[in-house]
Amino acid sequence: MTKADIVESIYQKVGFSKKESAEIVELVFDLIKTTLENGEKVKISGFGNFVVRAKNSRKGRNPQTGDEIKLGARKVLTFKASQVLKNYLNS
Amino acid sequence: MTKSDLVSKVAERMSHVSKKDTEMIVNSVFESMSEALKRGDRIEIRGFGSFQVKLRESREGRNPKTGDIVSIPAKRTPFFKVGKELKERVNYKPGDGK
Repeated sequence: MTKADIVESIYQKVGFSKKESAEIVELVFDLIKTTLENGEKVKISGFGNFVVRAKNSRKGRNPQTGDEIKLGARKVLTFKASQVLKNYLNS
Repeated sequence: MTKSDLVSKVAERMSHVSKKDTEMIVNSVFESMSEALKRGDRIEIRGFGSFQVKLRESREGRNPKTGDIVSIPAKRTPFFKVGKELKERVNYKPGDGK
């Protein structure tokens, strides 16, 4: 499924024009991205939470050569699915 | 930011669509994504990331209180993999020259 399929499915579900649905779908993902970029979490009830977590720097290894390398501190995005979504997938 | 904050922000930018309609559409975005995952479809949103359902095999676990062995049934679990663009944007630090 891609963004175009989401637009199509909104059209099927609520009969909204594809142009407006497409605009809204675009806005939804843009706003989520900007919010996460600012380090704020995004909680979508019934679906899940997107949270930016800070990782400390650590030592790693190049798996090919075995050389030790330093991995700097970084921020990563994690997704935790809501219990509602998990139950739905198993119903 | 919660889903209702998201609806308000989308509605602000969509002056010709009512807030009620905006809410309905935002809800159907996540509904249709959930339904796709239920069908076993993979979702790929360019610049954002992808969602995929994986099967967790059944296994034996223990009740931590009583120590009894319990069988944990197989289940389907959703996974998210962040896309390259968002991964970089989230990690961006002002002044690091990227």
